[in-house]
Amino acid sequence: MAIDKYDIPTNNEDFDFKDEDVSIFKTPKGLSEEIVREISQIKGEPEWMLEYRLKSLKCFLEKPMPTWGVDLSQMDFDEYTYYNRPSDNKTDKWEEVPETIKNTFNKLGIPEAEQKFLAGASAQYESEVVYHNMLEEVKEKGVIFLDIDSGLREYPEIFKKYFDTVIPYNDNKFSALNGAVWSGGSFIYVPPGVKLEKPLQSYFRINSERMAQFERTLIIVDKGSDIHYVEGCTAPSYSKDSLHAGVVEIVVLEGAKCRYTTIQNWSKNIYNLVTQRAKVYKNGAMEWVDGNIGSLVTMKYPTCVLAQEGAKGTCVTIAVADDVQIIDSGSKMIHLAPHTSSQIISKSISRNGGKVNYRGLVRHNKKAIDAKSKVECDTLILDEKSTSDTVPTNMMLNNDSIIEHEATVSKVSEDQLFYLMSRGLTKAQATEMIVMGFIEPFSRELPMEYAVELNQLLKLDFGEDSIG
Amino acid sequence: MSTLMIKDLHVNVGEKEILKGIDLEIKTGEIHAIMGPNGNGKSTLLSAIMGHPKYEVTSGSITLNDQDVLSMSVDERSRVGLFLGMQYPQEIPGVTNSDFLKAAMNARLEKPISLFKFIRTLDKNIEELNMDENLAHRYLNEGFSGGEKKRNEILQMKLLKPQFALLDEIDSGLDVDALHVVSDAINSMRSDDFACVMVSHYERLFELVKPTHVHVLVNGKIVMSGGYELVEKIDQEGYEWIKELGIEMLEEEEKKPIILESCGKKESFKNE
Repeated sequence: MAIDKYDIPTNNEDFDFKDEDVSIFKTPKGLSEEIVREISQIKGEPEWMLEYRLKSLKCFLEKPMPTWGVDLSQMDFDEYTYYNRPSDNKTDKWEEVPETIKNTFNKLGIPEAEQKFLAGASAQYESEVVYHNMLEEVKEKGVIFLDIDSGLREYPEIFKKYFDTVIPYNDNKFSALNGAVWSGGSFIYVPPGVKLEKPLQSYFRINSERMAQFERTLIIVDKGSDIHYVEGCTAPSYSKDSLHAGVVEIVVLEGAKCRYTTIQNWSKNIYNLVTQRAKVYKNGAMEWVDGNIGSLVTMKYPTCVLAQEGAKGTCVTIAVADDVQIIDSGSKMIHLAPHTSSQIISKSISRNGGKVNYRGLVRHNKKAIDAKSKVECDTLILDEKSTSDTVPTNMMLNNDSIIEHEATVSKVSEDQLFYLMSRGLTKAQATEMIVMGFIEPFSRELPMEYAVELNQLLKLDFGEDSIG
Repeated sequence: MSTLMIKDLHVNVGEKEILKGIDLEIKTGEIHAIMGPNGNGKSTLLSAIMGHPKYEVTSGSITLNDQDVLSMSVDERSRVGLFLGMQYPQEIPGVTNSDFLKAAMNARLEKPISLFKFIRTLDKNIEELNMDENLAHRYLNEGFSGGEKKRNEILQMKLLKPQFALLDEIDSGLDVDALHVVSDAINSMRSDDFACVMVSHYERLFELVKPTHVHVLVNGKIVMSGGYELVEKIDQEGYEWIKELGIEMLEEEEKKPIILESCGKKESFKNE
């Protein structure tokens, strides 16, 4: 396996604890039609979903491994566990969450965060959502915020209408895999004209070795509504790798606005291969705020399909690659209609031998007249061992639109370090300050609590010798 | 009383020797002016005292009350009481002035300064220096005019209260009013526990901040030391008379009369 070659490092003690195996059921290792049928049966799904899973499985098996990006040839799909049920029940009372799992989330600060500033929270452990709660006032407004299995069961019509419409199962190998074995994730429907002041949050946790997590999230923001959804991810470090292949589909209807904030801090043995895409209708706005700090390999390109006139897409993304990590991320903006606009701000950092790539696409189709896009990608390389590539693709298929593209690659300059150190800051403090300043365009978009947490995460090891 | 003692200091930039044996003794309570034509080593001396990695000390010593300054890292030098007000202050995007100033103040405090006290101190100093009141929230030196950058250096000096302030052309880029504000600020720091070394081309600064000691630095050496009368002589006669004393002088690079901000950028670019 890829990571057997490395002595997997971990510098993230806060999250790097593992708990005993609390699963009450898990499928055997490996993937087969039987396993897919079993998952569907356990969940008591309608027939159409089983068919969907089987069709996705077939597609997954047929599709070759993607070769255009990071080398994934070391992944061994037979070694993963595809479904793991940690608890019999999902609950809306924190006390009822099984003790071990509760401890895990307590350590991660989830219930505190919920009390402080969230409109609703959901916590997923391995394959299933174990805790779910929402403020009364949010419920009263008619907002549906459920784990996705309940969503399918309780709101089959809405579910079926939008599921698979933004990211079809055959979009790529990993969306197909997700289609076959998806479990857990969030289902959100916001009725027309509802604005939520506080964000809704989900938290995903992989706890077992060789456990693969395939959450599926479906968000529909109906006309004129406005929500902010926040997602966090962690896993402890094991010597064997795990896989996270989520699919996030978002539908932003006319005049609506959705912001999706995520900071993934997976341990450095997780393959994080996620497909995230939003379809934005007339005058709607989608904002991705996307932080990639953890994982062994990340391939993730939050996408906006600007399907109707006046639609707007934004993606603010940071990627930090340390030692063995390869973070290949960016964003895609597909303009299908006139007067659409998009902006991508990407800030990448590589250090201690990490590799960070920006890969992005801006496409103005024939009909996207008067479309405007702005792409800004900046990279900071902190030492000689670390690397970065920028792979932007800009396509204009009409004669009446604008794409601006700026890219910089830099090192922490000797003069900047000297300036800060001459005021008494140590080299580590000075470097940290420069790095924090560099990603400020991202961190200012985060809710305060997250910005603080992000700072903590990144403070980890600006060692005295790692720079210069 | 503290003493900063520089003995036979030789400094290279790359292969080239810039300082060729500097001896200088600075005691708290004194104000030193270092004059001399461009390109003869004035800025190099100040940067080398602060420890810029570009300047390699090949021999000699710098001590502060018998502590070996040369063995200290840049930040240690700052914490023992040295301060360099720079000719070209760096811009740090994304870092607010107030975050930076607070971190710098805390770097020398055992217990972090309380937010209330910090804001009060900062506001008072910003007002005294007649600076943009929004300054605390702007990014460190980013988009600052030349004059704002210099005042920001002085602001840092006032907040950090060094024993030895080294001010490198702190008056360039300042208009007359700003020059008064800055010199008032330097004068307000004068005490038995504060010393200042100023490098400048203009007599005007020295008129406003009267030095107790004046040195002429030519071709990497201090060729003459005296009192304020030296400033007046140089102001009236330039440096020609020094040549006549048989002292070799490095040719001054031609300076074009352009505005100082763009000049600053040009020169810092050239230095890289």
